[in-house]
Amino acid sequence: MSEVKTNALLDVRHLQVYFPIKKGVMRRVVGHVHAVEDVSFTVGRKEVFALVGESGCGKSTTGSAILRLLEPTGGEVFFEGENLSLLSEEAMRLKRRDMQFIFQNPYSSLNPRMNVWKLLSEPLKVHFDLPPAELRERVEEMLNLIGMTPDQLERYPHQFSGGQKQRISIARALITHPSFVVADEPVSALDVSIQAQILNLMMELQQEMELSLIFISHDLNVVRHISSRVGVMYLGSIMEMGETEDVYRHPAHPYTQALLSAVPSHDPLNKSKHIVLEGDVPSPANPPSGCPFHTRCARCTEECRQKKPDLQATGPDHFAACHHIE
Amino acid sequence: MQNLLEINNLKITTLRGKSTVRLLDKVDLSIRKKCSFGIVGESGCGKSITANAILGLLPYPLRVSEGSIRYDSKAGEMELLKLDRKQLREVRGQEISMIFQEPMTSLDPIFTVEMQMYEALSFHHPHMTKAEMREKSLDMLRQVNIPRPEQTLASYPHQLSGGQLQRIMIAIALINDPRLLLADEPTTALDVTIQAQILRLMNDLKERNDTSIIMITHDLGVIAETCEEVAVFYAGQIVEQANVVELFKQTAHPYTQGLLQAVTSLGGESRKLYTIPGIVPPGGQWAQGCRFSDRCSRCTEKCRQAMPALTEASPGHLCRCFLHSEEVEA
Amino acid sequence: MFKKNKTVVNRALPGNESILSQLWRDPLGRAGMIGIGLIIIMAVFAPWIAQYDVAKMHAKDKLTGPSAKYWFGTDNFGRDVFSRIVYGARVSLVVGIVAVGIAAGFGYLLGMIAGFFEGKVETVIMMVMDVIFAFPSILLALFIVSALGTSIVNTMIAIGIVNVPVFCRTVRASVKTVKSTDYIANARSIGLKKMAILFKHVTPNVMAPFTVQATLALSGAILTEASMSFLSLGIQPPNPSWGSMLSDARKYMERAPWLVIFPALFIIITILSFNLLGDALRDVLDPKLKL
Repeated sequence: MSEVKTNALLDVRHLQVYFPIKKGVMRRVVGHVHAVEDVSFTVGRKEVFALVGESGCGKSTTGSAILRLLEPTGGEVFFEGENLSLLSEEAMRLKRRDMQFIFQNPYSSLNPRMNVWKLLSEPLKVHFDLPPAELRERVEEMLNLIGMTPDQLERYPHQFSGGQKQRISIARALITHPSFVVADEPVSALDVSIQAQILNLMMELQQEMELSLIFISHDLNVVRHISSRVGVMYLGSIMEMGETEDVYRHPAHPYTQALLSAVPSHDPLNKSKHIVLEGDVPSPANPPSGCPFHTRCARCTEECRQKKPDLQATGPDHFAACHHIE
Repeated sequence: MQNLLEINNLKITTLRGKSTVRLLDKVDLSIRKKCSFGIVGESGCGKSITANAILGLLPYPLRVSEGSIRYDSKAGEMELLKLDRKQLREVRGQEISMIFQEPMTSLDPIFTVEMQMYEALSFHHPHMTKAEMREKSLDMLRQVNIPRPEQTLASYPHQLSGGQLQRIMIAIALINDPRLLLADEPTTALDVTIQAQILRLMNDLKERNDTSIIMITHDLGVIAETCEEVAVFYAGQIVEQANVVELFKQTAHPYTQGLLQAVTSLGGESRKLYTIPGIVPPGGQWAQGCRFSDRCSRCTEKCRQAMPALTEASPGHLCRCFLHSEEVEA
Repeated sequence: MFKKNKTVVNRALPGNESILSQLWRDPLGRAGMIGIGLIIIMAVFAPWIAQYDVAKMHAKDKLTGPSAKYWFGTDNFGRDVFSRIVYGARVSLVVGIVAVGIAAGFGYLLGMIAGFFEGKVETVIMMVMDVIFAFPSILLALFIVSALGTSIVNTMIAIGIVNVPVFCRTVRASVKTVKSTDYIANARSIGLKKMAILFKHVTPNVMAPFTVQATLALSGAILTEASMSFLSLGIQPPNPSWGSMLSDARKYMERAPWLVIFPALFIIITILSFNLLGDALRDVLDPKLKL
């Protein structure tokens, strides 16, 4: 717990998030949803790390728990060497200047009763004590970065298109110049022709503002393009992790292989050869014993049913949690 | 009739305040028998309302203001827009069925799967016995690869996963052997591994039951995987229509090119993604002249003034762009 | 340039018109505003509008029908019905506003506490509210008045208490809805303090349903007062109230129907006006219904 890797900006260790399931009038706890189960990874400075997986795999919960928007039930998160789990609520609140969150749905994440000026100046007012002129300057500077103009400051969220709303929410997250941002499915609510605009904007801003980014997405193509390292999650655990290109070219884990093969190709003459997984993802309220993936895995053996595999190195900076890796 | 379905000059309008706004403009489509036809476009382009119009399911204040939808039913040719409520109910389920994006909300939570399947059956086959209905239902569930069909029949929707529910929706939609299946974003709410299962299932069922499918989606990947013929919608119009290979390999319209480039550049060399500038126009608020003119990189003065007609760029390949034909829309 | 922006920033609601002018554009909202306007004018200018003293008995003119002298006729004591109705508007409005004020104030506070802090506090507050809610409201109001004694103040308190649960529930429900939205999570992720979130983000979004509820509760309170007065446990004579006028008229209903018709008509107009205004307000305050 004491030694902290110095090159990593963020170090997540054994993060665990369980949600209690309550029943009856007395709200007795009858079980737990195992949303995140022992997740560890690091994110370097100026690095884009992606968490990819299907719905319910715990990727969004991981993102929220890192920023303590949800209280994790176990594990530690170190940010610039400081253990966030030990911070008081007030200290954590002040930390948010450097650690921000971009939400999936710009239609619901902007307060409908606040105009752009209020939305963008609010984070600055919370964390800095700026004179009005400078406040105005900072807001206009940010507005310029996201490709909008000062005459739009007085307008309200419902007067913008989805893509513009997402620009505003990105600006709101970045206006305090954080060093670290979690972006939770930031383009999945948008139209295809708009997604690319927002992704370009995010990549530009990431470079320009030297951000570390955790990019959470279910879209494998988007993840491949934007991230340099990736963690593939399934049922609350990281199944495979490594440099993005490496993981996509040589997936080691059977789940990653199936997931990548399921992506439809954009070539009608060269359709992808799917490894079609049978069955459904088990419920995180009642996860299977042993390897979380064993119920759907073609290579499942007795060992997989009994013992949960740990992440092990399959190459330089490439790890997979499987008993059957050659 | 040669084709299964022929849509001619279809126009759909809605009311905004006191003014009438056109959401769909002069759409012509022909669906061949045993064909899987894709309609692709972004939000507000009119793809979903076209499907709803076929089954008479347009919600107020949307309505068909002009056009015809002719359908070659088991009993002979009919004009779908002229049917009364009772006749429409006969058509729905028996001739044409529809599946929706959200399987979670498409089934009634207070009835078991069994009751909902029997309901669909008994409406069109009032004389079927319980035993016959059970047999038919089990058979359908097996066809859509539901494991343990007996157990599933007795389940309530909340006990089943999204993928299973979408299979059941497909089973219910196909239980009366319709000749046309309208699938409105059937896999958008599902995960990729489940999407792969459902798309494979739909392909199999089409082969086995001679059902035609109209696949409505925003995802060009889904189109490439499942469709033979494709129409691209933009701003309430068809901008390009062709055989799927032709459309992907000989893309004619700048909008389609842009869409394809936006998705394919994701895996590409350049870090900067190809983008189509501007915003997706909300329903009814179209640009003057060619409706794509305000976002098109190859826009000319003529494009801003006049709307190009949908003409053949090559045999069987329709495109609405002055790059391919000088013809102006009447 | 910055100053100019500031004024815009402080505006409570999106859109470029005031709430009143938006209500006026809606035909039903306009009808409600006209109705309420009339009642308010009657109440405020009662001494100038009423022709006679409300308590004055015209011994010669008992139970006369509507005429040029007595517009709405006279009652069994020979008192002018029109004048009594005009003064009755004062009673109705004052009772309605004060009672709703009590209910809204307490209801808002309790609802906010219950919704925002949750846990045991919420359970206890909602339990008490449910108990109050379980009684038929008129019965509970009558019970409170008979315990406190009949007076105009006690009537207002009673109607107020009866209406607390409705406000408490409305506010708690909207606080909980607002709390679970992404924009509240967003506000937390920005680093806002809890109290700042409560006042800057939750409150403005709760105000809309709250205001609508208040308008609708006004009509309910006026109706309860009328019912209580009708049962002789509300406003005491000789103070005129529409409910007590109806009550007194029971015996003469067949001989002098105007004694029933006019008070009833004004009760209906008032209730209807507030309800129409409430519905119109609901639409106007919804930012998503504007483009």
